[in-house]
Amino acid sequence: MRCAKAKMTTRRLLFLPQKAAGIDLRKITYIPEVFEMNKELINLVDISKSFDGEMVLDELNLNIHENEFLTLLGPSGCGKTTTLRILGGFVSPDKGRVVFDGKDITNLPPNKRQLNTVFQKYALFSHMNIAENIAFGLKIKNKPKSYIDDKIKYALKLVNLEGFEKRMPDSLSGGQQQRIAIARAIVNEPKVLLLDEPLGALDLKLRQDMQYELIRLKNELGITFIYVTHDQEEALTMSDTIVVMNQGYIQQIGTPETIYNEPENAFVADFIGDSNIIDAVMLEDKLVSILGTKFRCVDTGFGRNKPVDVVIRPEDVELVAPETGIIQGTVTHLIFKGVHYEMEVTANGFEWLVHSTGMFPVGAEVGIKVDPFNIQIMNKPASEDEEAAAIEE
Amino acid sequence: MIRTVARKIYIILIFIFLYAPIATLMILSFNASRTRAKWGGVTLHWYISLFDNREILQALWNTLFIAFISSFIAVVIGTVACIAINYMGKHKRAIVMGITNIPMLNADIVTGISLMLLFISLGIKLGMGTILLAHITFNIPYVILCVMPRMKQLNPSTFEAALDLGASPAYAFFKVVFPDILPGVLSGFLMAFTMSLDDFIITHFTKGAGVDTLSTKIYTEVKKGIKPEMYALSTIIFVTVLLLLFLINKAPKEKLD
Repeated sequence: MRCAKAKMTTRRLLFLPQKAAGIDLRKITYIPEVFEMNKELINLVDISKSFDGEMVLDELNLNIHENEFLTLLGPSGCGKTTTLRILGGFVSPDKGRVVFDGKDITNLPPNKRQLNTVFQKYALFSHMNIAENIAFGLKIKNKPKSYIDDKIKYALKLVNLEGFEKRMPDSLSGGQQQRIAIARAIVNEPKVLLLDEPLGALDLKLRQDMQYELIRLKNELGITFIYVTHDQEEALTMSDTIVVMNQGYIQQIGTPETIYNEPENAFVADFIGDSNIIDAVMLEDKLVSILGTKFRCVDTGFGRNKPVDVVIRPEDVELVAPETGIIQGTVTHLIFKGVHYEMEVTANGFEWLVHSTGMFPVGAEVGIKVDPFNIQIMNKPASEDEEAAAIEE
Repeated sequence: MIRTVARKIYIILIFIFLYAPIATLMILSFNASRTRAKWGGVTLHWYISLFDNREILQALWNTLFIAFISSFIAVVIGTVACIAINYMGKHKRAIVMGITNIPMLNADIVTGISLMLLFISLGIKLGMGTILLAHITFNIPYVILCVMPRMKQLNPSTFEAALDLGASPAYAFFKVVFPDILPGVLSGFLMAFTMSLDDFIITHFTKGAGVDTLSTKIYTEVKKGIKPEMYALSTIIFVTVLLLLFLINKAPKEKLD
């Protein structure tokens, strides 16, 4: 764990992971420009926090840029919400500093911070109508009435709830309440909006609609969004940058594409999407032995005969005629999923998960082929401690 | 058929058993004759002479003053305590709630005597001040009992949301948290007021000489010989407490709408 952590703390968001250097750049389809253009807005420096003697965050370092949509992603208890609450000022870290726009705000109370939060359970003020809710922050800042009225109109228009001024929060649906909560936060023109699983309580369809809504909002407002979720799909859809966390440590920082295509360890691979994670040995540069069979790959620099983990996404496993495959196996399960078929193929003693638009019936003999490019090599966890952290979820 | 009739008779008997003494008292308070033995016609004479009695009016004033001030202070202390209890961990909260509940179950006479001993050992002169302190003490648990359920229903994020929008902690509390717990605070106040109003034993032990509330006044008067004015006074107290209890049960529901 110690070695992995050191690597994370030195990594700068500005650079792509070192491993990418040896990879065909065609694979990287999208490098957000914001990374190169925008300056750092928030720095979390060596943040540690424990509750009742239990370590929640351990020397966390994270830099957040202006106008970035950054998602903290991880299972419950991974420290993502604590990180957000430290940013909002609701929790003070045991150790470390929070730097906002060059100024140390570690000990600044929440009401003095230039960021606003959207809470998971909406947290609207139930005895005030919608207009009063939205005006709450502006009234504290003694803004003139005409200014406040304009802002309320503008904010309601932005969240597509025009004409809701006189309604009471109780009379709104969950999705509408959450949009009011967002409106209430953004009228204060924060530089950063913190969102704590804001879509967690909504049903699937509404959640998907709100994802697009949030991306639109972020683009219209041009501010930084820091978003906490345990839903990997939400993270992949909306983010510029995803920070995958587990057990108080950052596992990987990167664009959705990097996180998905080049997971750095078994935890990330397993948490983001479906994957085949297989024990393997790196024989030499660009050659790996998976389940006793040699596969060509594109990774270099792991040394000779080094044990590694290999990730192959189910959609990257090609099923072909037995004689043309690199290894041969038998189809054991078949499920129709709509867009694709999901199959399980037993080959060399491993259950391969395969997503494919082509179908092979159960019992069919098939060959398995994998493009060298789609084999992702990962270092084995450095210690048992890290392995435990990765597997436990 | 017989069963329903039997049921009705049974319930009527229970109500007679419960309310016959009070009904007797109320009827006698309107009796023009001085003796309990015979009915001399309806009169309001005892009520009128009651309000001519300077001592009784003083006792009435004392009672209302103590009830109002002690429940107000108890509400402030109790509400603040609830905020703190609400932020405690599960285990600590259970312990603190247990401790606050004990005084309510404790016999009044024990509470009264122990308070009296405490005041005397501290060298505090018994009088209005000690009655007030005693009433505040026994009222706090009732306030906590009423406010706590409201507090638990509160979404903890609303307070944080107010801070987040720039409110100071005090402003956030009064603007956002307080309106939500207000029904609980109000019923806590009324409950404490009622408890204070009809307390006799604790007041009796902590009042000192020369200070009287209605209940202690009635007690001394009755010792001297029962006057019909006392029936009138008791009737007034009963009706007041009844009204207050009615309000306590009514208040939270109205607020919820």
